[in-house]
Amino acid sequence: MARILIPTPLRQFAEKNDNVEVAGATVGEVLTALTTRFPDLKKNLYNDEGKLRSFVNVYLNDEDIRYTGKEATAVTDADTLSIVPSIAGGAHVG
Amino acid sequence: MSAEITLSNDEILRYSRHLIMPEVGMEGQLKLKKASVLLVGTGGLGAPLGLYLTAAGIGRIGLVDFDVVDYTNLQRQVIHGTKDVGRPKIDSAIESMKDINPFVQLDRHEVALTSDNALEIIKDYDYVVDGTDNFPTRYLVNDACVLLNKPNIYGSVFRFEGQSTVFAYEGGPCYRCLYPEPPPPGLVPSCAEGGVLGILPGVIGLIQATETAKLILGVGKSLVGRLLLYDALEMKFRELKLRKNPECPVCGDHRTITKLIDYQEFCGIPQHAAEAAPVNTATEIEPKDVKAKQDRGDKFVLVDVREPHEYQIAKIPGSILIPVGDVAKRLGELNPDDEIVMHCKMGGRSAKACDVLRANGFTKVLNMTGGITKWSDTVDPTVPKY
Ligand SMILES: [Zn+2]
Repeated sequence: MARILIPTPLRQFAEKNDNVEVAGATVGEVLTALTTRFPDLKKNLYNDEGKLRSFVNVYLNDEDIRYTGKEATAVTDADTLSIVPSIAGGAHVG
Repeated sequence: MSAEITLSNDEILRYSRHLIMPEVGMEGQLKLKKASVLLVGTGGLGAPLGLYLTAAGIGRIGLVDFDVVDYTNLQRQVIHGTKDVGRPKIDSAIESMKDINPFVQLDRHEVALTSDNALEIIKDYDYVVDGTDNFPTRYLVNDACVLLNKPNIYGSVFRFEGQSTVFAYEGGPCYRCLYPEPPPPGLVPSCAEGGVLGILPGVIGLIQATETAKLILGVGKSLVGRLLLYDALEMKFRELKLRKNPECPVCGDHRTITKLIDYQEFCGIPQHAAEAAPVNTATEIEPKDVKAKQDRGDKFVLVDVREPHEYQIAKIPGSILIPVGDVAKRLGELNPDDEIVMHCKMGGRSAKACDVLRANGFTKVLNMTGGITKWSDTVDPTVPKY
């Protein structure tokens, strides 16, 4: 099982976990397993067309998956996936 | 030929701890003195940046800010003091910086950075340090830096986490290479999830200051091509590879952005959002009218949809707490026949909570405009604001 690190802004959608272990042979499978376990994460990670949102980056270890084969990138148990969303600073709304 | 820049004896004494290091020395200190840095924002990140870059002896520092110091800034914006509340931040910042180092030239830009003025302001500086707190300005600073070929030393903070890197350095990756688009406003964390450890922007701002000094001195290995992540709770630094995106709309091979655009629109923020439509009495109610209902003894339920830790800070008597994320799960605690008024801190989360109720067949649902903040302003000033 690969470890996946969940950033602060998304922990509220993942039962406050900061990291979880999920099964999957590719980045896509791991993310599917993650959003199956935490359905509220889905709309924050994917747009309506089912594509990863452009303000959410996913890294396999230190490499951006956009340059390694995107969701088809192979994952092993030794790998760590990180979700890194853009943060602006102290701005607040609502 | 410009006049040769030298250090006076007073400056030599002041910078002696730099001058005795071979990595800086007289040559490096003169590089710092010849350099110009634009600091966008004098808030959480800008405060330590302004103080330390001034102390280090940068020759000319420009400040962009049009905000006014308020009490909630003082927990982290250490360039401003209690006596400065109500003053323009730029005045307060310049006063602090002048006191630290009178040899630095400080340029005032007391304006909001916009597509109309950004290029004109940025073009006169060697380096730009991004200390802003919102997406429109971040994309504006990025695009302007790429168009003008100016290094953009980036930092951002959220709660206990920070990021830093150097964008647009000698054709390197830019902010849009990392994040092509901002989150839509609805997915930006609300005030409930916001907040920041006051010390955190000190750490990130000083990483930006360090990178700025290194670029000027031409020493060490900069953060170009590396995104540094800092987690204060775990006390861990990590770094991720940051590549130039060949499809980047502003710095890629087939760029579609060749001049500054409307960044509010790009970030999905409606024009004049602050001047919102007048109160719609079918769906909204003013705090003073909620108070009048309470005083008359009207039968209604006041639901506070903030988080429990916010309820501990301040609450409205007679309210019940159902955090916005729990509303859908706890519908059973509410009666669709009752009149229900919902409130939060500012009115944003409670509007969403009202939508949840309406989607579940509740018809008598009102959102209290302006939240508990407006309640404090217009009904009961003994309720603290936060
Ligand atoms: Zn780019």
